[in-house]
Amino acid sequence: MDKLIAGKTISVTEEGFMTDFSQWDKSIAEAIAAENDISLTPRHWEVIDYIQNEFKNDIPLSIRKIGKSGVLDIKEFYQLFPMAPLKTATKIAGIPKPVSCI
Amino acid sequence: MKKVVIIGAGTGGTMMAHHLRKDLDKSNRSVTIIDERKEHYYQPGFLFLPFDQYKPEDIVKPIADLIPEGVEFINTAASRIEAEKHQVLLQNGSTLPYDILIVATGTEVAPEEIDGMAGEEWGKSVFTFYTFEGSKALRDKLRDWQGGKLVVHITEMPIKCPVAPLEFAFLADSFFKDKKMRDKVDITYVTPLSGAFTKPKATATLEYLLKEKNIRIEPDFAIESVDNEEKVIRDYGGRSVPFDLLVTVPTNKGREVVEISGLGDDLNFIPTDKGTLQSKKHPDIFVIGDATNIPTSKAGSVVHFEAEILTDNILSYIKGKEMKKEFDGHANCFIETGEGKALLIDFNYDHEPVTGTFPIAGIGPLRLLKESRFNHFGKLAFRWIYWNMLLKARPIPFVSARMNLAGKDF
Ligand SMILES: Cc1cc2nc3c(=O)[nH]c(=O)nc-3n(C[C@H](O)[C@H](O)[C@H](O)COP(=O)(O)OP(=O)(O)OC[C@H]3O[C@@H](n4cnc5c(N)ncnc54)[C@H](O)[C@@H]3O)c2cc1C
Repeated sequence: MDKLIAGKTISVTEEGFMTDFSQWDKSIAEAIAAENDISLTPRHWEVIDYIQNEFKNDIPLSIRKIGKSGVLDIKEFYQLFPMAPLKTATKIAGIPKPVSCI
Repeated sequence: MKKVVIIGAGTGGTMMAHHLRKDLDKSNRSVTIIDERKEHYYQPGFLFLPFDQYKPEDIVKPIADLIPEGVEFINTAASRIEAEKHQVLLQNGSTLPYDILIVATGTEVAPEEIDGMAGEEWGKSVFTFYTFEGSKALRDKLRDWQGGKLVVHITEMPIKCPVAPLEFAFLADSFFKDKKMRDKVDITYVTPLSGAFTKPKATATLEYLLKEKNIRIEPDFAIESVDNEEKVIRDYGGRSVPFDLLVTVPTNKGREVVEISGLGDDLNFIPTDKGTLQSKKHPDIFVIGDATNIPTSKAGSVVHFEAEILTDNILSYIKGKEMKKEFDGHANCFIETGEGKALLIDFNYDHEPVTGTFPIAGIGPLRLLKESRFNHFGKLAFRWIYWNMLLKARPIPFVSARMNLAGKDF
C-alpha cells in the first residue's frame, strides 16, 4: 500500500515497512522516527548505517548479532530505539522486517 | 567403495541410514553412523510428559534397535571434523575418513547464555521441557504445584519446533482446568517475537486462542536476565515479568563439535544451501535437520522431507551428476490446543500457513489452521508414525516432500 511520508508517496507493508529501498532518504527516516517518538541523533545514524550495510551484504539481522557487532551493545540499542528496537530501527532504515526465523 | 559417515543418530541421521541402505548400491558402499548417546528420544513427547500424558518409556528406544542392518553404529562422540582432510576424529581415539559426510547433530539448549537462567532456581522454579531430563523434572514439579504465576517463555529465535511453547501454554490451561485449579494459576506467554507466531494468518488464529484461554501475551521481550532472588525475568528494555514457575526455552545452539571444527555461524548452525542441503563451504559435507541454518522450521516433519531430497542429491553427487532436487522448506506441524483438540499447519519457504484441507485437497480428513478433534488424534498418531514410518524412511501416503498448493485457501 502507499503512504504519504515526509511529503512523498512511499510504498509500505501493512506494518509500515518500506518495500522499495530506492525511495528511502534521510527525511523519510526522520519522519518514520518521529512517528515512533524518536528524534535521530548522530548515534542513531551510525546504527542505521550499520544496519543498512548488513542488509546490503545479505546478512540476516538479529538482536544477538547486533549485540556482538562491536557497534553497540543490546542495552544501548534499547535506549536508542525503545520497546522493539530491531523492528523500529529497520523500519527507520527503510529495509524489510527481519525474519527472526521460524 | 564410497564411505559415507553420518554424525548423529537422531531423527535425521537415522532416516538417512535407512534411505542410503535402500538406495545405495550394496557392493559399493559403506555407511557408518556415530552417536554419543545410547538412547533415541521421541522429542515431541517432551511436550506431553510434564502433564503425565506420556510415560518416559513411551518416548525412548535404544539407538541400536533403530539402525538398519548393514549400517555400522559407533557409540561415541565425534570430537572434531577435519573438513580439509575429509575425516572425523572420534572421542574413542580413532579417525574415520569419509567420501561423504552427513552432519545430523541437531541442537541443544544453552541456558548459560542468559545471566541467571542456570542459577539457584534452575530445577526448583525454573524449568525447561526441551530435554528429556528437564521434561521429567517439570512433571514432578507440576504433580504437586499449588498454583501461582506460570510464565511460559522463549529466550530467542530460532528454536526447534517453534510452536511447542505455545502448545505448552495451551496444555497447561487444560491441565489446570482438569485439576480444578485453573483459578489459582495465572498464565503469561512471553516471547521475543511481535506476536504468537511469525506468520500473519497463523498468528491471528493463535492469538485468538490465547485470549479465549485467558493466557496473557507479552510480546517483543528480549530477555537480559533471570533474577533468582526476586523471581522475575527482565528484558533489555527495562520490562520485568514476575514468576512463581518459569518454563523457559533457552537459546538453542548447534553442537560444540560444529564450533570446534569451524563449520558454524554465531549460533553454531552450519551455513547450508537451502535447496540442495549441501554445505556452502565443503562440497563433500551435507547437512540435515536442526543443524542447518536454512530458513524453515526446525522440526521432525521438515527432516523427513529433507531426507527424501538429500538422498536423491547424494546419489547424483556420487554419480558426478548435477543435484537437481530442490528443497522448498516444506514443514507440517500439529499444534495441540488443549481439551483434546489440535490445529494443523502446512507451509514452506514461500507460502505461509492458511486454512484448507490436508492431505487430500477438498477432502481432508485433516483441517488446516482450524481446531479439531481429528487433528488431535493426528498428533497422537504421529508417535506411531515416527517410530514405524518416519525413522524407517517409509513414505507417508498422500504427503509429498514438496508442499502441495491444492486444498489451501490462499
Ligand atoms: C519439546 C519438543 C517438541 C517437538 N515437537 C515436534 C512435533 O510435534 N513435530 C515435529 O515435527 N517436530 C517436533 N520437535 C522437533 C524435532 O524433534 C526435531 O526437529 C528433530 O528431532 C531434529 O532432528 P535432528 O536429526 O536434526 O536432531 P536430533 O534428533 O536432535 O539428533 C541429533 C543427534 O546427534 C547426536 N550428536 C550431537 N552431537 C554429537 C557428536 N558430537 N557426536 C556424536 N553424536 C552427536 C545427539 O546425541 C542426537 O542423538 C519437537 C522438539 C521438542 C524439543
